[in-house]
Amino acid sequence: MRNLRFVVASMTLVTLPALAPAADDVAALRAEMQALKSDYNARVQALEARIQQLESANAAPADAATAVAATRPEPPPPAAAATSSASAFNPAISLILGGSYTTTSRDPADWRIAGFVPAGEEIGPGERSFNLGESELTFSASIDPYFSGTLTAAITADNEIEVEEAFFRTTALRDGLSVKGGRFLSGFGYLNEVHAHAWDFVDQPLVYQAMFGGQYRQNGVQVKWLAPTDLFLEFGAETGNGDNFPGTRLEDNGFNGATLFAHVGGDIGDYTSWRAGASWLTSRAEERPGGIPGADGASAFDSFTGDSDTWVVDGVLKWEPSPRRQLKLQGEYMHRKEDGTFVFDPAGLAALANYGNTQSGWYLQGVYQFAARWRVGARYDSLDSGSPLYSPAASDPPIEFAPPGAAPSPDRLSLMFDWNPSEFSRLRAQFDWDDARDDGHSLTDGDHVLRLQYLYGIGAHGAHKY
Amino acid sequence: MKTFIKLMAALFVGAASLPAGAALKVLATTPDWGALTTELGGDKVNVYVATTALQDVHRVEAKPSLVARARNADLVVATGAELEVGWLPVLLQESGNSRVQSGQPGYFEAVSALKLLEVPSKLDRAMGDIHPLGNPHVQLDPRNIQAVAHALTARLSQIDPAQAAYYAARGKDFDARWDQAIKGWEAKAAPLKGKPVVIMHRDQVYLCHWLGLTEVASIEPKPGVPPTAAYLGSLVGKLTATPAKLILLNAYNDPKAANWLSGRVHTPDVVLPFSVGGSDGAKDLFGLFDDTVNKLLAALK
Repeated sequence: MRNLRFVVASMTLVTLPALAPAADDVAALRAEMQALKSDYNARVQALEARIQQLESANAAPADAATAVAATRPEPPPPAAAATSSASAFNPAISLILGGSYTTTSRDPADWRIAGFVPAGEEIGPGERSFNLGESELTFSASIDPYFSGTLTAAITADNEIEVEEAFFRTTALRDGLSVKGGRFLSGFGYLNEVHAHAWDFVDQPLVYQAMFGGQYRQNGVQVKWLAPTDLFLEFGAETGNGDNFPGTRLEDNGFNGATLFAHVGGDIGDYTSWRAGASWLTSRAEERPGGIPGADGASAFDSFTGDSDTWVVDGVLKWEPSPRRQLKLQGEYMHRKEDGTFVFDPAGLAALANYGNTQSGWYLQGVYQFAARWRVGARYDSLDSGSPLYSPAASDPPIEFAPPGAAPSPDRLSLMFDWNPSEFSRLRAQFDWDDARDDGHSLTDGDHVLRLQYLYGIGAHGAHKY
Repeated sequence: MKTFIKLMAALFVGAASLPAGAALKVLATTPDWGALTTELGGDKVNVYVATTALQDVHRVEAKPSLVARARNADLVVATGAELEVGWLPVLLQESGNSRVQSGQPGYFEAVSALKLLEVPSKLDRAMGDIHPLGNPHVQLDPRNIQAVAHALTARLSQIDPAQAAYYAARGKDFDARWDQAIKGWEAKAAPLKGKPVVIMHRDQVYLCHWLGLTEVASIEPKPGVPPTAAYLGSLVGKLTATPAKLILLNAYNDPKAANWLSGRVHTPDVVLPFSVGGSDGAKDLFGLFDDTVNKLLAALK
C-alpha cells in the first residue's frame, strides 16, 4: 500500500506542470485511482508507464504534451518493447568466489613432490592462514547458428587475470561430431576437464599436480565423435602448440603433440551410472626447466629436452538410490615415460647427458552424500617417481640414478566434509596427511594440512558435466 | 594410432548404414512427456525417458547414457522454462546432434504451448530456487497436458511429415478421450474445491490451481530450501489456528517433515504420484490423474 501512495504522490507531482493542457487527464486518473483497489498490481504498472509518458511530455513543447495526452486511452506498451535490444544478446555470465583458511604443520614453502620435476607454481597446499582463491568468471553464449563461445577467466589473489579457457565449439555439426578450438581443458582423463569449483576436494589429486601442475590445457583444436550406439562411446583427438607441462612451445611451424582419448559409459539398473576411459598424450619438450633433487638435495638437472608420453585409465561410478543420497567412486592411474637429454650445470659448465625415466601415480576417491545437503569423502594418492637413468654420452650404457637409501614414495590421505546449503554455495573442511615430500631418506616427516574452504556461485545457473 | 583410426572408420561406416525410415527416436526429459509422446506417436515413435518419477528433475546428472540418447534423438521433448537447466544444456552440447539444439525443430519445449503461473516480478536468489520464466512444474494440470498435446502433434508432423496423417488422427483421438477424462476428474474432484491444503514445494501449484485447492502454507519456507525446526514450529502454530485439510507430498519428496507436521497438527498427509510412474496406479497419463484425484479424495475422508 505504501508503494501505491508513492506512485500516486509522484504522479501528482509529475502532472502538476502539465496541469493546464492535461486537466481532464488528471481528473480521469483520479477516477481510475478508485478502481486501483480492485486490480492493484496491473494498474500500478500501467500508471507507472503513463507517468513516464507524462514526464517525457513535460520535457517536450506544450502541443506535443497534449498530443501524448490525447493518445492516453491506448494501453501502455509492454515492458519488453521498451528495453533496448543492445543487451538482449548478452552472454550468460557466472562468477565463482572461493577462498580458504589453511593450517599446516610444516612450512608450506618447502612443499614438493619427491622425485618429480615441479610442474608449475599452482601446486601444493598453498600458504598458511586466509587465502583468497581464484575468482572464476565465465561468459558463454551462442555465437551464431553454427558456433558457441565460452571464456573462463581466473582473477588470482595476486591481482592477475589468467585465461583458464577461451574456446569456440561447433553446434551445427551432426552425426555425433563436434569441434572445439582455442584454449580448453583437455579431454585427457576424467578429472582434467572438471573445473576447480566442481572438484570434490579442495585440490587436485597429487598425480595431476605432479604430471600437469593441476590440469592440462590444450591451446589448439579438439575433434570429438560420439558413436551412434545406445552405449555411450566417445572418441576424441586433440593437437596444439604443446605450451603446457610436460611439453614446451617449439620454434617450428606445425603442432606439438597430440592427445587421443576414448570414453565409454552407461547405466546399470535405475540407480547406477558409470563412465570409463583411456587417454594418451604425447608431446615434446625443449629446454623445459626443472630439476629433480638429487642425493645431496641439489638439483640433478637444469633443463630437459626430449619426448614425453603419458597415458591414463580412468573410471567413475555413481550410485543414486534417492534424490538426496549419492555415492560417487572414482579413480585414475597415470603413467609417463620421458626420453631425451638433460643439461646439468653445477658451476656454469653446461654438461649434457642422456636421460630417461618412467613415472606413474594413481588416486582413488569416494564421496558419499548422506543427506540432502551433506557429503563426506576420502581420497588416497600415491606416486612412483621411477628410477631415472642417465648416461654421460649416447654410447655409454645407462646408469641408474639412485640416491642412497630408500626410493621416494610420495603419498597422501585426505578426508573431506562439506555442507551445500544450495546449488550455489558450498562450505568444506579437508584434512590431509600429506607425505608428498617423502624422498625416502631425509624428508620423511609428514605434513598435516587442514583447509576450510568456501565456494559460491553467482549469476547464470551452470550445468555440470558428468 | 592406426588401430584407432580403423576403429573410428569402422564405426562411421556402421553409422551410415543404419536403416532409414525407422521409428522416430525421441528423448523425453520427464516420464510425463514420455507418456504423452507415446500417446500421440504410437508405434511411429521410440521414446526414451531421461528421468523417473522418483527423481528430482532439478537435480539430474548429464549421465553418459543420456548423452548417447541425445546423440541419436530425432526429437528432444523437454519441459523448458529452465526446469532442466542444470543438465539438459550439457546433454545437447555433448550430443554432437545439430537437429536437437535449441531453436531447431527437433527441440520441443512443453512450456512453449502454455502460459505459466508465478512468473516472478523480482529475481533474486535470496528468494530461493525461483524460476525466472515462471513455475515450470506444469504437468499436474490436465488442461496443460492438452495444450502441450496439440503443439506436440504439430511438431511430430513437422519433423516426420510422412506420418502427419497418422499423428493428426492419434492427436484427435487423444484429445477427445482427454476431454472426457478431464470432465470426469473435475466432476469427481468437486468436493476438493476450496479445501485448504499445505504443499511441499511449488511443484504442486498447478494441481491446486486446477482443482481449486487453497494453498495455505508451504513446508519449504522458500522454493528449494528445506524447512528448519523453527519454521516447522511456526507452521504448527499457524495450522493450529487455521487448520488445513490435507498435506500434499510428491513421491520423490523426503516425507520426514510432512509426516512430522501431519502428526502434530492432526492433518492427513497424502503422497501423490507427481509424475507417470510415481505410484502403482500412475502407469500412464490417465492413470496419473485418476490416481491423484482418488488419493486426494480418499485422504479427505
